[in-house]
Amino acid sequence: TLRLICTTTAVQRKNVGASGPEKYTEAFIKKQIEEFNLGKRHLANMMGEDPETFTQEDIDRAIAYLFPSGLFDKQARPMMKHPTEVFPEQRKIQWGEDGRPFHFLFYTGKQSYYSLMHETYEKLLNVQKHQDQLTAQDLPLQKEKRNLAGSRWLTKIELEEMLLEKLSDDDYSRFIQLLQKLVALPCADIEENYIQKFSKEVPVQLQKVVIEPLQYDEQGVAFSTGEGKRKTARATAVVYDNGTGKITVNGIDVLHYFPVLQDREQLLFPFQFLGRIGKHDVVCTVSGGGRSAQAGAIRLASAKALRSFVTEEEVEFMRQAGLLTVDPRVKERKKPGQEGPRRKFTWKKR
Amino acid sequence: DDKLLTEPLSHPDFFSVKELFTLKDLFDARVHLGHKKGCRHRFMEPYIFGCRLDQDIIDLDQTMQHLQLALNFTAHVAYRGGIILFVSRKRQFCHLVESTARACGEYAHTRYWQGGLLTNTRVQFGPGVRLPDLLIFLSTLNNVFEPHVAIRDAAKMSIPTVGVVDTNCNPCLITYPVPGNDDTPAAVELYCKLFRMTIIRAKDKRRQSEAVEELR
Repeated sequence: TLRLICTTTAVQRKNVGASGPEKYTEAFIKKQIEEFNLGKRHLANMMGEDPETFTQEDIDRAIAYLFPSGLFDKQARPMMKHPTEVFPEQRKIQWGEDGRPFHFLFYTGKQSYYSLMHETYEKLLNVQKHQDQLTAQDLPLQKEKRNLAGSRWLTKIELEEMLLEKLSDDDYSRFIQLLQKLVALPCADIEENYIQKFSKEVPVQLQKVVIEPLQYDEQGVAFSTGEGKRKTARATAVVYDNGTGKITVNGIDVLHYFPVLQDREQLLFPFQFLGRIGKHDVVCTVSGGGRSAQAGAIRLASAKALRSFVTEEEVEFMRQAGLLTVDPRVKERKKPGQEGPRRKFTWKKR
Repeated sequence: DDKLLTEPLSHPDFFSVKELFTLKDLFDARVHLGHKKGCRHRFMEPYIFGCRLDQDIIDLDQTMQHLQLALNFTAHVAYRGGIILFVSRKRQFCHLVESTARACGEYAHTRYWQGGLLTNTRVQFGPGVRLPDLLIFLSTLNNVFEPHVAIRDAAKMSIPTVGVVDTNCNPCLITYPVPGNDDTPAAVELYCKLFRMTIIRAKDKRRQSEAVEELR
């Protein structure tokens, strides 16, 4: 006996928002690809070109010619692309015609994630079984240290892309813990292939600073170049060996270019630190900044150039003295509502 | 087609389920062992044979009958191409249950049960999903020792259930309860083996009958 259910038309209307994003069946995507290929040939005919050698760039040009649009947003203009680029890569409908889902963990909701956990656990059990067999035969368990420093696990976003499914932080951390457990076992080398799918090489970040070797000019005198900057000043210095301690800046002698003693002290500091005051000649060019900034820039440039003349230990001393560090201080900007970068307007009581 | 469906219903044991196991198998797999007297559930008292040193012993004769009924029912469901979902929230046997389900070609759910899986399918999955036609519980309790939510949901959606109920479980809403031990690995492996064999047998019989019909 059927019970009469009286409902309003409002209830019978389909709730479009609740069904989630549209899922495309495989047949639909195939049809779209066929239509795209056919349309490509029609377009080639229309433009008078050869349908066989009609590339994507030709299509874009043809569409831009036939449908000119002045819209600013490039994605709003008419476009004709291959369906795999247009329809986002997503899970198509998961069940066949008789209604039976394809994957055996479909009813869990997160089928790819749980099947991944299932597989990883199976690998773990395999490794344990192998270990038991080896211990039963009294063979030694291999222990080659896996290089952990150069590799990292996949991030959560990369894993989501791999599985085409949303993950929560908890799920992701559980998966990583399981992988770490698998790697920690002695005989994990058997499943090396499987583990490599989830680990990535990390390029070595530390770069040893390369100290350039000495160059020799026509007379056979050794020289070396260095670059330095301070505030807005940029300087390049060339330090020559077998010199008398003469310094030339932009073709002008240092006494004329830097009349103030403080600036000349700054220039001499690297040589004084290494004890090589009268031994080197310096020829440098500098631009930008003010008096003090140019002096600081030349100091840094000559210190960098001196690295080639000096042992590694002394280079380390120079670094610790602060001779090789770029001074990061620049002029701070003025803020609105204040008179300067820090100074506020005068406070008046009334 | 009608003949295919009505023929198994005429025999009481069309799939000869009784030959799959004996009382000795159940005893060797330690199916009769229950929990302690303090954990006993009131509704399990009819199925308990007795109590020795505070530990409950389940009556294996009743278990035999219930298990035969349950296996017969699963065989019929599998014969008609129904979707079977294995549910268990025991972490020890999660992998075993999933492998059994995969071997049968059926489905499993041994992970955290999200609230609206059966009752809110249109939101969980897409529109037009087919729900399972049978739920098999290898353990009716969840990790907090409370009855699994799926029992209540299956009763709401009129889905028949088969479940292994231990002495601390509530057998009320389950259509085919099977009183037995659900904690020992040997017992759970036995159950998995029995279910797998029945489902495979039923599916083979179906394919044979269809082939015979085609030839005519």
